[in-house]
Amino acid sequence: MTAVVVEAVVKSAVLLAVLLTATAYEVLLERKLLGRFQVRYGPNRVGPWGLLQPLADGIKLLTKEDFAPAGADRVVYVTAPVLLMTTALFVYAVIPFGPEVELFGRRVSLYLADVNTALLLVLGASSIGVYGLILGGWSSNSKYSLLGGLRSSAQVISYELSLALAVLAVVLEAGSLSLVRIVQAQESGWFVVRQPVAFLVFFLSALAETNRAPFDLPEAEQELVAGYQTEYGGFKFVMFYIAEYVAMITQGALAATLFLGGWHGPVLPPVVWFGVKVLAFVVVLIWIRATVPRVRYDQLMGLGWKVLIPVALANLLVSAVLLL
Amino acid sequence: MEVLLFAVGAALSVAGGLGVVAARQPVHSALSLLLVLGSLAVLYLTLAAEFLAVLQVIVYAGAIVVLFLFVIMLLHARTPESRPSPLGGQWSLAVPLGAALWAGLSYAVLQLPAATHELPPEFGSTEAVGRELFSRFLLPFEVASLLLLVGIVAAVVLGSSPAPPSVPPRSASGREEA
Repeated sequence: MTAVVVEAVVKSAVLLAVLLTATAYEVLLERKLLGRFQVRYGPNRVGPWGLLQPLADGIKLLTKEDFAPAGADRVVYVTAPVLLMTTALFVYAVIPFGPEVELFGRRVSLYLADVNTALLLVLGASSIGVYGLILGGWSSNSKYSLLGGLRSSAQVISYELSLALAVLAVVLEAGSLSLVRIVQAQESGWFVVRQPVAFLVFFLSALAETNRAPFDLPEAEQELVAGYQTEYGGFKFVMFYIAEYVAMITQGALAATLFLGGWHGPVLPPVVWFGVKVLAFVVVLIWIRATVPRVRYDQLMGLGWKVLIPVALANLLVSAVLLL
Repeated sequence: MEVLLFAVGAALSVAGGLGVVAARQPVHSALSLLLVLGSLAVLYLTLAAEFLAVLQVIVYAGAIVVLFLFVIMLLHARTPESRPSPLGGQWSLAVPLGAALWAGLSYAVLQLPAATHELPPEFGSTEAVGRELFSRFLLPFEVASLLLLVGIVAAVVLGSSPAPPSVPPRSASGREEA
């Protein structure tokens, strides 16, 4: 019993450290890549190749004044970013990074938990995360924040449906909701080959779920300043930021797990393969941000409800019939 | 361990229930409701019903309370409620009726025989719940889905207002002025 608890605690600590570091460097990667896409250098002054930039940013943000706008609902105002960041990180309890390996004479599985309902837990966590957006927007006592909060929660709720429908096709293929079993089922072939339509719907929904360009309506700068996080600063702002960038990695990890074969791959060790797939997904997300202009809000809702959901439903129906 | 989890879950759900009734601001009431639903999910977990617990979070906490919040935020200005509560006179009735309900429920629960048999290992998993739903409880399941369909159709009918008699003139740029 004690050994199990210790193992879980150690794994959680390692996971947290890796994730937060990855998030910090993901921001640097985004700024570097955006710089290159726009024919400039990007950050290159702090440390070699700007490698210490995340550290400098972190120190700067942590030493900022901790304020709340006048008329803000204090408790809710502080709870919102905490809620969002916690749910964003919670997902990693069930995401498998690799198979069981031999470490220090002990068989260690490279995932925190293999639960029967893992995929539903992931969806549930993201639906709780919506509260962070909506409450952050409401409690700031600012019209831009409120509009941004309403927009983003409407967007996330809408695209959660198409995301879940696309993922259900994978569940049909694997016959399980456990992410470990889904990865194991892809040993012979990735699901992206068998379910290309589901992958496309998943990809577009993931883009919208993370509130990334071209679907970054919640913080459309020209209209809403910065949406739900307008009135936030210092560490509370950092928590929103971490949540946003962790969510990008999460979608990458989900894409790798559900469609791209998880840790499976030749030559390289499994964990490396998993990392490579996630990194590739994140780079594509950044690439799209640098390339595609923002859509209008009615186009966004139209795409979600009138295109992606019917397509995902039809795909689910066809897959079910074919599998039976 | 289980008793501890139950105690925490039960205490939180009661606290949330009190919050729903007592909170001044509608948003705080909705958040208390969220607390109630979340702690109910914990109670389901202690009963080994993991699938039900996750569904509870997704459906109630993830969808229904979000819609409550939407409506509250769109309809209520964020001003502190200063008028007296419209439910003031109901306290005198609510307390004895609530006590009566509690007594009745406790009596019914105490009458039940204690659970003696072990649960099957599959109990509460997605597969087990699905198999039960599509075999033993197929008829109630289908009837419930029909009921939901009727609700959806009704919502669409109520929500789609009759077409306006004339299309408003468009502005010169061809864009609607919001």
